[in-house]
Amino acid sequence: MPRSDRYSIFSVFLEGLRGQTGWGQAWRQATPKPNYDVVIVGGGGHGLATAYYLAKRYGVKNIAVVEKGWIGSGNVGRNTTIVRSNYLLPGNIPFYETSMKLWEGLEQDLNYNAMVSQRGVLNLYHSDAQRDAYARRGNAMRLHGIDSELLDRDAVRSMYPWLNYDNARFPIQGGLLQRRGGTVRHDAVAWGYARGADRLGVDIIENTEVTGFRISNGKISGIETTRGFIGANKVGLAVAGNSSRVAGMAGLTLPIESHVLQAFVSEGIKPFIDGVVTFGAGHFYVSQSDKGGLVFGGDIDGYNTYAQRGNLPVVEDVLEGGMALMPRIGRVRLLRSWGGIMDMSMDGSPIIDRTPIDGLFFNGGWCYGGFKATPASGLCFAHLIARNETHEVARAYRLDRFRTGHMIDEKGMGNQPNLH
Amino acid sequence: MRINCPHCGLRSNDEFSYLGDASVVRPDPAAPNATEAFYAFGYERANIAGPMQELWYHAAGCHAWLVVTRDTRNHEILDVKSAQEVALERQKAAGTAQ
Ligand SMILES: Cc1cc2nc3c(=O)[nH]c(=O)nc-3n(C[C@H](O)[C@H](O)[C@H](O)COP(=O)(O)OP(=O)(O)OC[C@H]3O[C@@H](n4cnc5c(N)ncnc54)[C@H](O)[C@@H]3O)c2cc1C
Ligand SMILES: [Zn+2]
Repeated sequence: MPRSDRYSIFSVFLEGLRGQTGWGQAWRQATPKPNYDVVIVGGGGHGLATAYYLAKRYGVKNIAVVEKGWIGSGNVGRNTTIVRSNYLLPGNIPFYETSMKLWEGLEQDLNYNAMVSQRGVLNLYHSDAQRDAYARRGNAMRLHGIDSELLDRDAVRSMYPWLNYDNARFPIQGGLLQRRGGTVRHDAVAWGYARGADRLGVDIIENTEVTGFRISNGKISGIETTRGFIGANKVGLAVAGNSSRVAGMAGLTLPIESHVLQAFVSEGIKPFIDGVVTFGAGHFYVSQSDKGGLVFGGDIDGYNTYAQRGNLPVVEDVLEGGMALMPRIGRVRLLRSWGGIMDMSMDGSPIIDRTPIDGLFFNGGWCYGGFKATPASGLCFAHLIARNETHEVARAYRLDRFRTGHMIDEKGMGNQPNLH
Repeated sequence: MRINCPHCGLRSNDEFSYLGDASVVRPDPAAPNATEAFYAFGYERANIAGPMQELWYHAAGCHAWLVVTRDTRNHEILDVKSAQEVALERQKAAGTAQ
């Protein structure tokens, strides 16, 4: 074991004196063993968190995470880092609040600086009807013991005096504020969970693609990969945008479409915006990273795709939303934009459930909002895999809810994934 | 991404709105397996990685529905037909032309 395996002010100080020679690898480059008790497919945030909680809270030994690229190459490293628990429906609220509570203790739990920053998420409203909808949402949150405040225009103005309040079509009337919401450094979440899982003995196997499943008599016995067969008693899928492709190899057809969401970052500027603000009349959300870049995004492009890039009309739409809300950003230069593939479900809500194949479990349908869910998703998926029973806050996330009519449709859009 | 509308020519994709997989067809409500078929029609999607037939509506143009064959791995558009034409072809193939 390296000299400074635990991060602390003392180890930082010590290594400063000793020329930074005592740090080890954050996780080992594991070679696959022939057999595991549990194999998690997908080394994104959800897969890594699942492996971590399986080992830490459920005492499962002999776990592997199999990732086709490198840790953090998927959506966990591509999102706009916003975390919040401001949901409306009973199936969602307890789950996302569980996640929020886990975020609040994550860094101590992992001994890793994930830059959890509860800087507040402010959703602006621009009409009487929207105010009523936000009041309803805020009340639903409060009934579940979650913080939320409905602000009027003056209260918003005292936080952000420079927003465009008198846009002729979309004047700002106020906002719904969740102060405990905020941002978390996305890569650090992947790295922190990977390191935590590794320390508990989990094998993290990168650059290994799952190409098939070995199933006999309706029961799974392992996975085929680009590095050969790996035996497993239980397999959990957490492959986000590739859910249909991977589940398809096990003969399953899912209530999911894959869509691209783009995100953007500007050049670094001086401190400009200290919370997360969303535009309620279009679709635009923004925060500022510690490096000074404005990190922002908007709608998904709206067509099925597996290409991790989008098209220009959405770029234009997002930037127009930004200009309508905060004309000041007009002179700031755009640095980069990118895309990630979203597993858009038929009701806009996720799935954490068993599949018809014995020993094969599914986690997906996170749409564009699964980053905030990472800790709770990992916890609930681990619970399901270890105990073969649903965690109490994830009971609504059933795979068969579309068949039985128990959809969780926050936006009330129906079975049209590109509208959620 | 630009779509070559048979009526209007090459147009930016923001003139179009997207419905989804064009192979999804409303089942026969009188069929014995109608419940199962309607579940699949409503909720299950092949979510193809590769060339896929999809329905696009030329909202800011001629208002025609189109069946666009597009590779979902790289956005390459391989074919565009009017949806009416495709529907007629399907009926003919199924021998149920009315
Ligand atoms: C631009 C953008 C902005 C977003 N903004 C937010 C936000 O602000 N807040 C929020 O809550 N959510 C946000 N999201 C959504 C969030 O990022 C995702 O819902 C979440 O990260 C998905 O879970 P994951 O981290 O496990 O996915 P991923 O990191 O994508 O992990 C899945 C992994 O599976 C691997 N994989 C796929 N196929 C195979 C295979 N055959 N074999 C082995 N491995 C395989 C992939 O390589 C990938 O690493 C955003 C997403 C994007 C793209
Ligand atoms: Zn046209």
